[in-house]
Amino acid sequence: MRLNNKPRVVFTTLLVALSTAGYAQDLMNMLDQETEKQKKPDYVTATFKTTRIINGHSVENVARGVLDFRISHRFGFLSSGVYELFGLDQAAMRMGLDYGLSKRWMIGVGRSTYQKQFDGFTKYKVISQVADGMPVTVSAVAGMMYKSLKFDTPDRENFLTSKLYYSAQLLVARKFSESLSLQLMPTVIHYNLATGINDPNDVFSVGAGGRMKLSRRVSLNAEYYYQIPGHQLAGTQNSLALGFDIETGGHVFQLNVTNSTGMTERSFISETTGNFFKGDIRFGFTISRVFTIVKPKY
Amino acid sequence: MKFLLVNVLFCLFATQALTQPLYMTRNGKVFFFSKTPVENIDAVNNEVTSLLNTANGEVAVAVLVKSFHFDRALMEEHFNENYMESTKFPKATYNGKILNLDKINFKVNGTYPVEVGGDLTLHGVKQYQTATGTLTVAADKLEAAAQFTIKLADFKIQIPSLVAEKISETIEIKINCIYAPKQ
Repeated sequence: MRLNNKPRVVFTTLLVALSTAGYAQDLMNMLDQETEKQKKPDYVTATFKTTRIINGHSVENVARGVLDFRISHRFGFLSSGVYELFGLDQAAMRMGLDYGLSKRWMIGVGRSTYQKQFDGFTKYKVISQVADGMPVTVSAVAGMMYKSLKFDTPDRENFLTSKLYYSAQLLVARKFSESLSLQLMPTVIHYNLATGINDPNDVFSVGAGGRMKLSRRVSLNAEYYYQIPGHQLAGTQNSLALGFDIETGGHVFQLNVTNSTGMTERSFISETTGNFFKGDIRFGFTISRVFTIVKPKY
Repeated sequence: MKFLLVNVLFCLFATQALTQPLYMTRNGKVFFFSKTPVENIDAVNNEVTSLLNTANGEVAVAVLVKSFHFDRALMEEHFNENYMESTKFPKATYNGKILNLDKINFKVNGTYPVEVGGDLTLHGVKQYQTATGTLTVAADKLEAAAQFTIKLADFKIQIPSLVAEKISETIEIKINCIYAPKQ
């Protein structure tokens, strides 16, 4: 009996071991499978460091309840020489306040010294890039600018609306890797009053921009707006800007060189006159400081 | 034949017994605190998933780093972008065991002190980590609370000197899970 029983005991033990082996399967693997079942889309974040690439908008928004105070300077042309300290004697400035109404929707206002211009915009993130899903982020921006400079033709009948300008942009961006993001921005700018007799009311352009991270806190940015021939103002150049984003805790510094003077869509996209390759380059910088106005609830 | 039948039945019972003691949560909480004289930073993650096997005391915890939320959006961005590199290391996990399982009676309701030991994987670095806390046994649920402290340097998380006085070198971590029997 005893001898006969031995294999049975072994067999039973083996069988129990086998049936429980299915369970010895790592608890962590099991947890992985469980979480996989209820996976949420993994939205790509931080395509760009701030809401602007350099002069123009990026697909980034300020977070809900966050106020972003931005001060931008563009100095004179480097080509103006030592007498003007390579442009540092003159500066155009824009002060702006941006606010995040929701995760996807932000608004902003600003005032530029250049042509005493007021501006306001609204930006909405329509589509968000998802890792292993939607390949791009798409945002729509609409802006309105008011040039408060006095009319240079006081003797004729002037309308307030003649100093209003509108811009509409579609931003299509993709974060290709942790370091590289690229963006395309078809743009139309509308002039209520055309600038010259042969100038169009609507200026069409396509912008391209990108950023390359050099380190965790520094990135190299570039931005170019190509104006569609035949749909641009006479005597204008395409806007080109190169710059660095430098992040220091609560601030982001953007240092740049550009051939544009203004910092609103209408001023830099359609009214840039400097020729970048003939030394008409301005040094400029933007400081962005964010303040949390409404704390998020979690 | 009879022997086989007994064996099969026995195995069925054996696995049956083993399928029972698994408890799970999908909405556990992890808090962390960084305290310095200059600034206190805290964050919460409400989407902690965890499995607990009451038979052998095994515990597995997994969190998505991106699901940590801060009072300030910029902190959250820096946390993901600069410190945790959450695209590169999307998950933080804990794979451990209850060390004093013999002192816990899962059949009697009550609060038991608990000690856990196991591997904490964070920012791509695996470290043995113990934690102490309590386990509350109640009808149809288990409530676990534990806390421990980690050093950022141990997990290769570098703090630049510019913000060094705002971010503590040691981080307090608290975890709170209410488990229900796994279906």
